[in-house]
Amino acid sequence: MTQAIDRPQTPALSTRPNFTALRCKECGETYDLGPKHVCEDVCFGPLEVVYDYDAIRRQVTRASIAAGPKSIWRYKAFLPVATDTPIDVGTGMTPLVKTNRLARRLGLKSLYIKNDAVNMPTLSFKDRVVSVALTRAQELGFTTVSCASTGNLANSTAAIAAHAGLDCCVFIPSDLEAGKVLGTLIYGPTVMAVNGNYDQVNRLCCEVANTHDSWGFVNINLRPYYSEGSKTLGYEVAEQLGWQLPDHIVAPLASGSLFTKIHKGFQEFVKVGLVDDKPVRFSGAQAEGCSPIAQAFEEGRDFISPVKPNTIAKSIAIGNPADGVYALELARKTNGNIAAVTDAEIIDGIKLLAETEGIFTETAGGTTIAVLKKLAEAGKIDPDETTVAYITGNGLKTQEAVHGYIGEPLTLEPKLDSFERALERARTLDRLEWKQASV
Amino acid sequence: MSVKVLIPTPLQKFTNNQATLNLEGSNIVELLEVLDSTCPGIKARLCDDKGELRRFVNFYVNSEDIRFLQGKETALADGDEVSIVPAVAGG
Repeated sequence: MTQAIDRPQTPALSTRPNFTALRCKECGETYDLGPKHVCEDVCFGPLEVVYDYDAIRRQVTRASIAAGPKSIWRYKAFLPVATDTPIDVGTGMTPLVKTNRLARRLGLKSLYIKNDAVNMPTLSFKDRVVSVALTRAQELGFTTVSCASTGNLANSTAAIAAHAGLDCCVFIPSDLEAGKVLGTLIYGPTVMAVNGNYDQVNRLCCEVANTHDSWGFVNINLRPYYSEGSKTLGYEVAEQLGWQLPDHIVAPLASGSLFTKIHKGFQEFVKVGLVDDKPVRFSGAQAEGCSPIAQAFEEGRDFISPVKPNTIAKSIAIGNPADGVYALELARKTNGNIAAVTDAEIIDGIKLLAETEGIFTETAGGTTIAVLKKLAEAGKIDPDETTVAYITGNGLKTQEAVHGYIGEPLTLEPKLDSFERALERARTLDRLEWKQASV
Repeated sequence: MSVKVLIPTPLQKFTNNQATLNLEGSNIVELLEVLDSTCPGIKARLCDDKGELRRFVNFYVNSEDIRFLQGKETALADGDEVSIVPAVAGG
């Protein structure tokens, strides 16, 4: 039975805040815990939240986490919010599915899907980062929130802002999939559809942030807090695997932030003694039409050259990925890989996951499955490794991507003989498809 | 060669809290020098010890990333808009 979300206080929620400062990832300069995201006094590098891990170690145990809410807030001790009443819309604790049919198809023995296609409330992993960002936004006194988005983030920001009673203004590229536009408008925010790609929307949004500093931009001035929400994808997998780390993870790469935060989540669990340390390989997935990180990996470069996106995988089409260099370093350091796949392979990936596991993912998930398949076929995933593929979004939002590739319903009259003829037609089509596949 | 420069919030402490400046410069290299003489100290935030643009700083001329143009040598014309943007995560 699903747990009611309006719940009494639990020990997991009433922990003292353990975040102490913001620190530059590049030069180490520290800052107070305000709405800022770059190292403005020294090098312009990105800021990250600093925690008191000794305090966390004293506060949490496996049992205290397990007794917490069935949401990301069971890990509140590791998140940068002070309140005992964070915005909880049931985000997180999505299924970790042990695959049988997909694993067999790929020749793997221990393959799991972390299924954020059913994350709440807007069916993508973005609900994790936005729940954290908007809770922190309220703590910092913001009453209007905003973001630049490829779709999923706009859905999530608009929905959770509506729940929290915050004003909301989101910026998206004007050519997004209809489901993602509708899935934002329904919550009543102001939606700015910009004639340009995501990188242009992002730049514009940064310029808007310069002059509208009374707004909380989840991925600009709230970014250090926002991005920490992705760590919960690491915590949950470790907990769901029985308090142990996997051997290998495969995740989509857009800005590179999610990838690095999953790693941070694993490392933090090791640091406070919740799981044993072990090497975990990190492999990343990009679409060929927007693969600046995969190209740098392939060419052995330690810098990212931006590209202009041209792919159906719009939710990960970031040509100038802010955390790209960190993702690159992580894949290399952990003996992982970063690979890119074509749009046709992405569609096949969506279909493969749907037909083998009953999970309908969007194009980013199709990219992840296609890269998983490519790496498995190339022998770059050991069949015995416990491997987790992160599915971060829902296919109902990007229906355009698979139109024309999944067949049509058989139309018939409400008569038995009409059904029999239709069934025969279906069997013939099946045979033809099988014949085609085996040629 | 007067160009409009958009200054990100974290650097506005160097510009008397101004979000835009009108400056002279025939290319980005020259503009950086003019910017630093107008707002002393700002260049050290944007460039490393060797004078190269830091990896988390993006420059755009009329909305185009200068890495798709001629980088720091990108020529500027009268009325151009130059935007300085710290790299941010997306999604």
